[in-house]
Amino acid sequence: MTLLAVTGLVKRFGGLVATDGVDLTVEAGELHAVIGPNGAGKTTLINQLSGEIAPDAGTLRFADRDITHEPVYRRALLGLGRSYQITSVFPEFDALTNVMLAVQGHTGHSFAFWRALAAEAALVERAHAALAEVGLAARARVPVAALAHGERRQLEMAMTLAPGPRLLLLDEPMAGMSLAESERLVELLARLKRSYGILLVEHDMDAVFKLADRISVLVYGRVIACGTALEIRANADVRTAYLGEQDPVA
Amino acid sequence: MSAPRPVDAATPRRLGASRVVAAFLLGGLALVPVIASAIGEPYYVTLFTRIVVFALAASGLNLILGYGAMVSFGHSMYVGIGAYAVGILAYHGVGNGWAQLAVALLVGALFALVIGTVCLRTSGVAFIMITLAFAQMAYFLAISLKQYGGDDGLSIAARSDFGVFTLESNTVLYYVAYVLLAATLFVSHRVVHSRFGMVLRGCRVNERRMAALGFPTLRYRLVAYVISALVCVVAGVLLANLAKFAAPSYMAWQASGDLIVMIVLGGMGTIVGPAAGAAALLVLEEILSGWTTHWMIVLGPLIVLIVLTAKKGFYGVLVERDAARAHAERETR
Amino acid sequence: MTLGLFLTQALNGVQLGILLFLLAAGLTLVFGIMNFVNLAHGSLYMMGAYFAATVFERTGSFLLAGVAAVLGALIVGVVVERLALMRLYRRDHLDQVLATFGLILFFNELVRIVWGPASVYMNAPAALSGTVSLFGLPYPSYRFAIIGVGLLVGLGLYVLIHRTRIGMLIRAGATHPEIVAALGVNVRRLNTLVFGLGAALAGLAGLMAGPIVSVQPGMGEPILILTLVVIVTGGVGSIRGAFYGALIVGIVDTIGRAFLPTLLREFLERSLAQAAGPAIASMLIYVLMAVVLAIRPQGLFPVRHG
Repeated sequence: MTLLAVTGLVKRFGGLVATDGVDLTVEAGELHAVIGPNGAGKTTLINQLSGEIAPDAGTLRFADRDITHEPVYRRALLGLGRSYQITSVFPEFDALTNVMLAVQGHTGHSFAFWRALAAEAALVERAHAALAEVGLAARARVPVAALAHGERRQLEMAMTLAPGPRLLLLDEPMAGMSLAESERLVELLARLKRSYGILLVEHDMDAVFKLADRISVLVYGRVIACGTALEIRANADVRTAYLGEQDPVA
Repeated sequence: MSAPRPVDAATPRRLGASRVVAAFLLGGLALVPVIASAIGEPYYVTLFTRIVVFALAASGLNLILGYGAMVSFGHSMYVGIGAYAVGILAYHGVGNGWAQLAVALLVGALFALVIGTVCLRTSGVAFIMITLAFAQMAYFLAISLKQYGGDDGLSIAARSDFGVFTLESNTVLYYVAYVLLAATLFVSHRVVHSRFGMVLRGCRVNERRMAALGFPTLRYRLVAYVISALVCVVAGVLLANLAKFAAPSYMAWQASGDLIVMIVLGGMGTIVGPAAGAAALLVLEEILSGWTTHWMIVLGPLIVLIVLTAKKGFYGVLVERDAARAHAERETR
Repeated sequence: MTLGLFLTQALNGVQLGILLFLLAAGLTLVFGIMNFVNLAHGSLYMMGAYFAATVFERTGSFLLAGVAAVLGALIVGVVVERLALMRLYRRDHLDQVLATFGLILFFNELVRIVWGPASVYMNAPAALSGTVSLFGLPYPSYRFAIIGVGLLVGLGLYVLIHRTRIGMLIRAGATHPEIVAALGVNVRRLNTLVFGLGAALAGLAGLMAGPIVSVQPGMGEPILILTLVVIVTGGVGSIRGAFYGALIVGIVDTIGRAFLPTLLREFLERSLAQAAGPAIASMLIYVLMAVVLAIRPQGLFPVRHG
């Protein structure tokens, strides 16, 4: 089934058209990658999908529900998970607490003033499981400020996965990762994609061609091509606009 | 096998220097009336009541300023509401403490809900400005209440009567204030580690992410704002009783500034810091004003110096050092 | 309420607006470019007024008083900036608010020590102590001069910011300080220049306000708060916003104070109107600011990007 349907999305900033009538869909169980040169408007697109920016025109449907005007937190509660290009965690807490916060929002209200969050065993278990999934189990009690950059990216992923979303919006999750870390993340995403729908914005072509069921190419806010990895590689427009003279990494 | 209990970096686990200082502070404050009567200086009870009252107000503001990053430059307005509730009711012959307290809390909650809803749509500097503006409005309102003293303020004939006890005795007033402060500190400690407190602290660091994690952040911040306002209201009730006077100056923006100075001086984002800061500032004021009426000329640059150098506050520095040591010990185990 | 009375009050509103503009321009530049909240801006205004009053009393020359006010405020501003404030540009706004709050306390006490707690009086210069005829109405020449000078300064500022190289650097420094620095421009000196400009404008405002307000310790704060309202309403960092915002605030505040109590008396019984009138009048501009923030949080005339 179609988890996410984007129709005619438009966003202007003054005279600049950042998103120029974008249509795309993400089916359950597929990984749909969005690639494009810098400045193509990929992060603006994700921000509109997550609700942080309001589009000027167009509609967004999430599992048959119109979410075009829903606030960020409501979309999150409906099952839209999002990771950030620039790591967006809580440095003053340890890794486990970070992930617990991610789960807390989805487990009832937070107008509890007395009982310590740390005492909620259910949250602790779930958070620990999420950390184990991304490979950070051993660093659960380390303050985030003491984590290496790659570990923080892993934590970022754990926080996105922990609440159990249905659709993942991943904004360049491999940015700044070492080769080993990227490979591990690719493995994780390959495992996960059947259980979720994933919209992946990435520059790492290796990962994209390995993981993507479909690829959309975004140039100047427009999708100039959408298809399988094979189709995209063969597409002349894409070659000129984005891949240029070089052969993509096979 | 269950997962290890998480620790957030703000909790020092061992008996560090900060805990000792906190114990000394609270223990010492408990003994003030005893010591004062022993050395025959009843004035100290009055002085320290003032310290406890401001420690209470500062602790209230700290909930949203230190833990929530909401820099309200208008919280002294709520102190004023508490004070004027006592004053106006007393003026009309209602000396019952419970009635005064109820009215103060009700009016305070109403103001906080409305003002908070308006102000929390902004953040950063705009938030500072708009809270300041609202405080000014309240200040002008108080001045314009000619019937209740206007510019000169309102005298209060008798202190609040709570039935089983009254606040007429300086010692009773002191201990009521002290118990309220201790209770507030204890409850704050629980709140800060509770679900609610963690949402607040998360919003302080990264509100955008909190929304993306499914939290309707405005709701929580508003509730925190109202709670902190009500603590200041209670401080205002006590202040009016202490001075037997309600003045517009309680709501002046300089008073809000003083509260912020106390919080930062002691240590923002710690439980005991604001109380320690209030004690330090008021004791300093007391000492300096004994030397010269122009002591403010020292206080001003001192504040600048504190901001430039001791950003964490003197108590905050201790807390941080203890937390670092505790973490280092855990790592080596 | 006659048309004449209304026009006079409207002009007074414009005059207040012009004074606010002089203060707001400096404050909004410093905030827009260095991202620095300077609560001590009112203190610079106060120092300007005191310097002007003292020099005018000693020499009888309004021109000399003006030089003293502008130069004096400029020097005080630059010294304070270099000694303390420039270290705070990178810090968060709470730190800046606190530090400048400390400066307010310092300057108020300094003034109290040097000049005493009582008000210092300053007369308008003899040449401007009469009236001019506007639309057939007599209007104080001095207040009219304030409007004139303020408009001239506004024009000068516009030319400076939009038509000179320095102005271009200032505007560039507001949006891309790293690039400006990389181009070899001394950003530190640029910042001090902007701060100094703001201080000079505050000093000028202090000079002009001297004859019409009470020159006393703490005079800076009420006008500072008005100035903050102007900036938030007009749009932070925008000179246009400072200009139009100042006019709006000045006119609304003056007309409100002049006519709201009378207006209320039509609807409410006398004693209530008498009590509520001034209270609501003084709250009017804050209500305005709250409404603007609610509807258009970036201000009425925000900085145009690109």
